[in-house]
Amino acid sequence: MKEIVVLSGKGGTGKTSITASFAALGAKQMVLADCDVDAADMHLLTAPEAILAEDFYSGKEALIKTEGCVHCYKCIKACHFDAISVINGDFVVDPMECEGCSYCFHVCPTRTIEMNSRLAGKFYVSKTRFGNTLVHARLGIAADNSGKLVTKVREEAKKIAAEQHSEYILVDASPGIGCPVVASLTGAHFVVLVTEPTVSGIHDLERVYEVIEKLKIKTGCIINKVDINREMANKTKDFLKEKGIPLLGELPYDHQFTKAITIGKTVVEYDDGVIKALIESSWKKVKELVDKI
Amino acid sequence: MQIAIASGKGGTGKTTLSVNLATLLSQQISENTTILLADMDVEEPNSGLFLKGELLHSEVKYRMVADWDEKKCTFCERCANICEFNAIAYLGISVMVFPELCHSCYACSDLCPEDALPMIPRRMGELKEYKLTDRLFFMESRLDIGVEQATPLIEQSRKHIKKSNAENMIVIIDAPPGTSCPVIEAVKDADIVLLVTEPTPFGLHDLTLAVDTMQELKKNIAVVINKYGIGNREVEKYCADKQIPVIGKIPNLKEAAMMYSKGEILVDSIPEIRTEIDNIYQNIIKLTKPKQ
Repeated sequence: MKEIVVLSGKGGTGKTSITASFAALGAKQMVLADCDVDAADMHLLTAPEAILAEDFYSGKEALIKTEGCVHCYKCIKACHFDAISVINGDFVVDPMECEGCSYCFHVCPTRTIEMNSRLAGKFYVSKTRFGNTLVHARLGIAADNSGKLVTKVREEAKKIAAEQHSEYILVDASPGIGCPVVASLTGAHFVVLVTEPTVSGIHDLERVYEVIEKLKIKTGCIINKVDINREMANKTKDFLKEKGIPLLGELPYDHQFTKAITIGKTVVEYDDGVIKALIESSWKKVKELVDKI
Repeated sequence: MQIAIASGKGGTGKTTLSVNLATLLSQQISENTTILLADMDVEEPNSGLFLKGELLHSEVKYRMVADWDEKKCTFCERCANICEFNAIAYLGISVMVFPELCHSCYACSDLCPEDALPMIPRRMGELKEYKLTDRLFFMESRLDIGVEQATPLIEQSRKHIKKSNAENMIVIIDAPPGTSCPVIEAVKDADIVLLVTEPTPFGLHDLTLAVDTMQELKKNIAVVINKYGIGNREVEKYCADKQIPVIGKIPNLKEAAMMYSKGEILVDSIPEIRTEIDNIYQNIIKLTKPKQ
């Protein structure tokens, strides 16, 4: 079982459209995992039916009980996140600011502070309209700990893939280079980078590739909207060559992508011509490279 | 005044709106006002690709993390038991601190009976300030590759702006995508948050998440629809339903996509877009006017 992560650095390059297309093409072989837990969109194209939905708790948050508090200010002095304030004479924790470090809990002389586990989001296992399993999640409003939720989604996907003897786990990751991205990548077998030939696209590709290089994961790249700027597309190819990253495909800028999304379909179901053929060929290349690992 | 430009979904046009709004304002605002554009998408900062200026100031940003002092440690294991972030491993004959996991809460350091866990600075990125014209300034914070926590750098950058925020300055924040801690930190001081979206089911879905987040933060919000003309009308219906003002519709033009790909400013060459961005600013003024 091999884990393939679709990644982009920059948002809006077509990552989810391409991941969902791969899922439509290879559904029987894979478990899907939507690790863009901040803004998960995979379910919009795969129309999943929930098999399991459960609350996801992660980290802690402090609560100061009014009874017992002797107003000694020790908690306020201890807190490095300015999360505790005095409101109408009561010491109150702002859950939005509380980091869950328990420092206040340890210094409270009257044991008036309790640390409760924090509801950080929801976690789902669903069956897609392609017949395969999708593991996805929804981070709570203004919640922290997206990295931990990503890890939870991947672990669950791995378990299910083992049970179902799936060949692949296909992961849709979030944009950026920080904690949720690293949580999506660590220990994966292969990365499919999706980029666009713009100054921002190249800039973000170079940064995210540095992260991948550090983790030593084999990588291929798809250039989407390749005809927007041929010069930038050539620059992107030069970068790929320099780094020895195989080019998995070049897709044109085409309204078929948006049209497909608008009716809740993947572009390979909507288009039966050039784009479908190009994405099929990319998926074939991905599988060839992954099967060699 | 501080205007934050955010979005749930990435790639909807936050940077395009930020750089073009900043440029337009710097060209037409009254004489004693300056514009500061601050790129707070520290993981992938892009505004600087569109704006070239003279470097005024540069500083390395650090955050404090725990460090183990072997000589003072008596191996009582208290630190490892206190840490809620699994950043300290007690191995019997030594203690290991994982700085990437440390949340800089100081609990282990302050509560260690032997003072064996001093807090030391750890580099996380760089903040740079540029002058583009007498009226337009640009600030960028950039997270080092390999650093996972973006929020502490955003917090320091926000405080840096707060400290230097002059009376007659309009601050425009280019925020990170998403709905979690980085964007929440970036918009904290904003008087209004513009949520940029595109008229597609992805755009709508991620917009609803961003709206929920901003409403939880009790922020004054308005929506800008970019790539207007593609997709469908569902974003407009949603905004009408929720009574969220749509203060701009930036048309989907191939010419704009071309110029964006080269790192060029749109308001100087595409009149349609200039008019729409000016319109967005007039609406911001109306929405941020103190109520009588």
